[in-house]
Amino acid sequence: MREAQGGVVLSIDGEAVSVPRGTNLAALLVGRASGATRTSVRGEPRAPLCGMGICFECRVTVDGIPHVRACMTLCRAGMHVTTPGAQGGRANA
Amino acid sequence: MRELTCQVAVVGAGPAGLAAAAAATERGADVLVLDENPAVGGQIWRAARGSHGPRRAVQRLRARAAAARFESGVTVVDAWAAPLGLHVVRGTMERDSTACVRAEALVLATGATERFLPFPGWTLPGVLGVGGLQALVKGGLDVRGKRVLVAGSGPLLLAVAASLVKTGAVVVAVLEQAPKRAVLRLGLGLVAWPGKLTQGAQLLTALRGVPLWHSAWVHAVEGEDRVRRVRTKVDGHERTFDVDFVACGFGLVPATQLGELLGCARNGANQGDGLRVDDDLSTSTPRVFAAGEATGIGGVDAALAEGELAGLAAARAALGPPPDGARANADVRALARGRAAVARHRRFAARLERVYALRAELRTLAQDDTLVCRCEDVPLGALRPFDDAREAKLATRCGMGPCQARVCGAALQFILGWEREKPRPPLVPIPFAALAEAGAGEPSART
Repeated sequence: MREAQGGVVLSIDGEAVSVPRGTNLAALLVGRASGATRTSVRGEPRAPLCGMGICFECRVTVDGIPHVRACMTLCRAGMHVTTPGAQGGRANA
Repeated sequence: MRELTCQVAVVGAGPAGLAAAAAATERGADVLVLDENPAVGGQIWRAARGSHGPRRAVQRLRARAAAARFESGVTVVDAWAAPLGLHVVRGTMERDSTACVRAEALVLATGATERFLPFPGWTLPGVLGVGGLQALVKGGLDVRGKRVLVAGSGPLLLAVAASLVKTGAVVVAVLEQAPKRAVLRLGLGLVAWPGKLTQGAQLLTALRGVPLWHSAWVHAVEGEDRVRRVRTKVDGHERTFDVDFVACGFGLVPATQLGELLGCARNGANQGDGLRVDDDLSTSTPRVFAAGEATGIGGVDAALAEGELAGLAAARAALGPPPDGARANADVRALARGRAAVARHRRFAARLERVYALRAELRTLAQDDTLVCRCEDVPLGALRPFDDAREAKLATRCGMGPCQARVCGAALQFILGWEREKPRPPLVPIPFAALAEAGAGEPSART
């Protein structure tokens, strides 16, 4: 788990991650190992393209709500994020 | 459903929207600003906390619009022209509150989106838009030591490359598809625009040591799980780079969807593709004004000038002309100043558009097996048998996914010459419950 001053701790696919306050959720996800946020209709890994709410490639599940655009979301303390891409499942199509 | 009423509603809180809110508030209107992002500033002033210039600009406009109400993180999903109304949702795709906004006049300051052109490998993680990568870096993505290729077209390329270098990224090259001759001529023309000339010089200084190539573009990206290598054409020669990220965008496309829902006419693709406006920035729909990139790509200075004028004109439409002579005269003078400023910036915008016109070779970047529609995974080859976007959509689902053709529409307009389809509500996917809440019986101007 990374530590950051004045940060918030959230959960990404069950892993606790600490980021500076004000971090954009898509920015956090792109910086992780795979960078993938979802699996496409044909099963390809996908990641953010536009960074500004247009392409919907960054949609993830946040606190049980599916199809949330990570790029339009700021990281909040205690947030639970799941990325269908990271789970290897075909979902969120 | 909650109902919010105001005299002037402004959609978008980038430079144009903030300037419109400031001007309309100063003119005495009760103003409501709606913006989709978590914070005001739009894309160009995104995360303005980081840099002084943008932060001061936002603060100045917010101070002038101190009496206005701001709603951030809300998306307009539908709109009606008579009477003027907007259906807004807080946090799209979330089970969340919806509201109906009633206004006497509306300013559309919806900005622009990047134009993406598909090429083999463009769906791999690590390939982003130019503005897209910039937005994520401002949002906290750490690119220190990462190798980035910046490509595509337009002034944004140099600005983003310079900011990436400043952040500690290794920009391996900047590839501009426009020919050097045209870009140099534009540079010389900047003598008439000292501010822009200084900006240009600062960018080139920041990019010392970074190869800047013209008549150059990405033609394929390679990698298994994410981008590893990028293959480019530089003046006809093949060059390959090992990279961590590719930032590629071919200019901007005016975001006209909301205006089109309201029945506003659009200029043709050969005239910038924005919402059609008159000298006072009124669209073809009564009491609906437009400002900034939504009327045609012109940059931040044009957006500010248009925002000021649209805010004044919208306030005048909502409140009527000022009652006493002195203030009426001041109002007319302010409008005239606004028109002159807008006309001057538009001339510069027209020049930019000519210089950065996309070359025909880019139409052949996508191969038959290259995905064009990323939402539904539709390759170009599957689209070729059709004559237009609507026919192709019905048969292949191209453009039917959550992005509602915001990515593939502009690409197909360029590659196959297909007219972009008119948008339909909801403008972004929303839960059924929120859609139902929009209510039956809303008067609609659509036909």
